[in-house]
Amino acid sequence: MVGPPVVPALVALAQEAAQSAEAAHQAAYVPFLPSWMILLPFLGFLFNGAVGFFAPQQRKLVSVVGPGVLGLAALIAVVNLVMLAGVHDAEAVIRSYFVWIDIGQLRIDAALQLDQLSILMAVVVTVVSFIIHVYSIGYMGADPGYARYFSYLNLFVFFMLVLVLAANFPIMFIGWEGVGLCSYLLIGFWFTQGEKAEAGQKAFVVNRIGDFGFLMAMFALYAYLGTLDFHTVFEMAPRAFEYGGAAVTLITLFLFLGCTGKSAQIPLYVWLPDAMDGPTPVSALIHAATMVTAGVYLVARSGVLFALAPISMNVVAVIGAVTALFAGTIAVMQFDIKRVIAYSTISQLGYMFLAVGVGAFTAGIFHLGTHAFFKALLFMASGAVIHAMHHALEHAGEPAGEDMTQDMRNMGGLRSHLPTTFKTAWVAALALAGVFPFAGFFSKDEIIWSAGAAGQTVLWAIGIATALLTAGYITRWLVMVFHGENRMGREVRGYLHEAPLVMTGALVVLAIGSVVTGWVNIPEALPLLPEFTWLHGFLHPSFEAAEHILVEHLGEPAHAAPVGGGEGVWAIISTVAALAVIVIVFNALRAKKYRPAAEAVEPSGPAGLLYHKYYVDEVYETLILRPFRGICRFSWRVIDQVVIDGVAVNGTAYATRFFGWIVSRLQTGQVGTYALIVVLGVLVFLGFVTL
Amino acid sequence: MVTEALILSGLLFTIGAAGVLIRRNAIVMFMCIELMLNAVNLSFIAISRQVGVSAQLFVIFVMTVAAAEAAVGLAIIISIFRHYSSVDVRNFRLLRW
Repeated sequence: MVGPPVVPALVALAQEAAQSAEAAHQAAYVPFLPSWMILLPFLGFLFNGAVGFFAPQQRKLVSVVGPGVLGLAALIAVVNLVMLAGVHDAEAVIRSYFVWIDIGQLRIDAALQLDQLSILMAVVVTVVSFIIHVYSIGYMGADPGYARYFSYLNLFVFFMLVLVLAANFPIMFIGWEGVGLCSYLLIGFWFTQGEKAEAGQKAFVVNRIGDFGFLMAMFALYAYLGTLDFHTVFEMAPRAFEYGGAAVTLITLFLFLGCTGKSAQIPLYVWLPDAMDGPTPVSALIHAATMVTAGVYLVARSGVLFALAPISMNVVAVIGAVTALFAGTIAVMQFDIKRVIAYSTISQLGYMFLAVGVGAFTAGIFHLGTHAFFKALLFMASGAVIHAMHHALEHAGEPAGEDMTQDMRNMGGLRSHLPTTFKTAWVAALALAGVFPFAGFFSKDEIIWSAGAAGQTVLWAIGIATALLTAGYITRWLVMVFHGENRMGREVRGYLHEAPLVMTGALVVLAIGSVVTGWVNIPEALPLLPEFTWLHGFLHPSFEAAEHILVEHLGEPAHAAPVGGGEGVWAIISTVAALAVIVIVFNALRAKKYRPAAEAVEPSGPAGLLYHKYYVDEVYETLILRPFRGICRFSWRVIDQVVIDGVAVNGTAYATRFFGWIVSRLQTGQVGTYALIVVLGVLVFLGFVTL
Repeated sequence: MVTEALILSGLLFTIGAAGVLIRRNAIVMFMCIELMLNAVNLSFIAISRQVGVSAQLFVIFVMTVAAAEAAVGLAIIISIFRHYSSVDVRNFRLLRW
C-alpha cells in the first residue's frame, strides 16, 4: 500500500520508535511523535483535497497517499500503545503545543493528553481507519469524486484523533464538531441525489441538539471550576462537587445529551439509519466503528463526573439498555442490508452506554474496541454484496438503484458467488451474537455481567434479552443474504462476482481482528481458560479515580448475578442460548421463500410496527417538526411579512404618504386661497402679539 | 391729526385686503395690492410726525419696490392673458399638487 517514497520515512520512524522504547524502559512513558499521529491525516486531507481540485484523475497518487498517511498514523499509535503497555501504571502525559485562548481567567491550550484510554482509542481509530481506507480503494475506485472522498476521509480521521487525544473539553469539542462535519460531508457525498443530501442535513441538525448539551456542560463546568482541562477538572471535581449534588448531575446530564446525539441513543438516534445513504465504507468507519462511539468515550473520559452523579449514571444505563432492546427489535424486520446493521449499531452502542452507566468503564471501552472490528466488518461485507449486486445488475442492463441492490429480499444464495465475503460475514455475525470464541463474546458478556453485578436486575435482563435478539436478527440477515435460493433473475446471477482483492483482503484482516480483539481480556471466572485481564490492568490508571468514587459510595460490585450463579455460569448460559437462537432462526428461515422486493407485500400487524421502525420518524414529524414548521410559518407569514414588513416598514411609508397627501390638499393652485391663508396668518400673528 | 390719518390708512388697507380676497380679476387684485401699499405709505407719513424723517425714508423704499413689483406683476399678467385670453385668477390652477 505504501509507495517507495514513504519507505525511508518508515525506516526513520521505526528507528526512532526503538530509541523511544528503550528510553521508556528506563523511565516513565515518553510519547512517540504524538503530534504526527494527528498531523499525518491532516496533511493527507490537504494533499488529497488539492488533487481533487487540480488533478482529479490522479487516482494512483490518492490511492497511495490516502491510506498511506493512515498506515503511518496507525503505526505511530501502535508504537505508543506498546510503549505505554510496557510501563506499569504510567502517568498521563500532557503535551501542550500553543496557547489557543487566553482571556482573563480562561486559558485553553492546544494540548494533547496521552494516557492509556486515549492511546487505546487512537489505536482502534487509526487501525480500523487504515483497513477501511484500503477497502475504499476497491469500493470507490470508479467514483468520479475519488480524491474528494479520500480527502474527507482523511479529514475525518484527523478530527477523530483530535477528539480522542484532546487534553481539555474545548479541544475535544473541536474534534467533536469536526467529525460531525465530516459525517455530514460523507453522508451527502453523492449530494446530487436529493434524499442523500437531506440525510446529511438530518444528521447534522440532530447532532446540533446534542452539541448544545455539550456546550452547556462546558459552560457549567467553567462556571463551577474555572477550568476545562481534563486533568484539573477530574482532580478538583470530587472536592468541588457534592456527591449526587444538583450541579454535577446537571453537568453530566448535559454531557450525556451530547452523547445521545453523537452516539445515536434514544431520543436522538433517528439520524443514524438515514446516514446509511453515504458510501458503505463511510458507514463502516464513521457510523459504526469510530465517530458514533465518541459518546461512550466522552462518558468514560468524564467517568469521575459521572461517578459523582448517581442519577446521571442511572439515566445513562437505562437509556443504553432501552436503546439496545428498542433498536434490536427494529433490526428484526428491516429489509435493507445496511439498515439492519445500522439498527444493530444503535443497539450495540446502547450496550456500551449500559456498561459505562453501571460503572463498568473498561467493559464499555472493551466492547467499543471489539465492536469497531466486527461491525466495520459487517458493513464492509454488506459493501462487497452491494458492490456485486450493483455490477451484476448493471451488466445485465437492469436498473441498479439502491432499492434494488440493498434489499435483502432480492438477494439470497450469495454464498457461492462471494465465498470470502460469506465466510468473513459469518465471523462478524458470530462475534456480534456473542458466541465463544469470537470477540463479542468476551466484551458483551462482561457488560451484561457488570449490569447484574451492579444490582440492576432489570437492565441485566434486558441485556440478556437483547443478546438473544441480536443473535436472531443477525442470523436472519445472514440467511437472507447468503443462504437459500438466489432471488435474482438467472441472467443477473451470472454476473455476480466476488469483490477485488483490496476489499476481500480488508475483510479478512478485520475478520482476524473480530476474533483476536476479544482475547485481550479474559475474565478469571471462565472455566478452562487462563485468566488474562490485560485490558483491565492497562486501563486501570484511566478509571482508577472514577471507580474509587463508585466503590466508596455504592460498595463493591456483587459476585453473583441477580438470580444467582457466577460469571462463568452465565457466560456459558448466554453463549449456548445465543447458539441455540442462531440454529433455530437459521433452520426456520432457510426454508422460507422470500419474494423479491418488487413483488413483496408490506408487513402488517406487529411486524409492520417493526418494519416501520415504531413510526418514530412519523411521531417526531407530528409532534416536533410539524409544530416547529408551524412556528416557522407563523414567524414568516405573520411576524415577518405582516408585522415587520407590513406594519413597521411599509406602514411608515404609507403613513408618511398619507399625511403628505393631507397637507398637499392645502396647495390648491388658487391665488385666492393663498391670499386668504396669508391674511388669516397675519391676523393670528397679530392677535398673539397684541394679546 | 395723526390719528385721523392712521384711521384713513387702516380703512384703505382693509379695503385693499378685502379686494385681494374677494375679486377674481388679476388686474383688480393688483390694484388692490397697490392700494394696500399706499395705505401703508400714508401711515408712515403720518407717523413721521412723531418719529422723524426716517419714516419718510421708508416711503421712498416702498414706492421703489412697488414700481418694480408693478413692472414684474403687469408683465406676468400680460403673458397670462396672452396664454389664456383671460385674467380671471380662478382659471390659473396649474401650480398645485
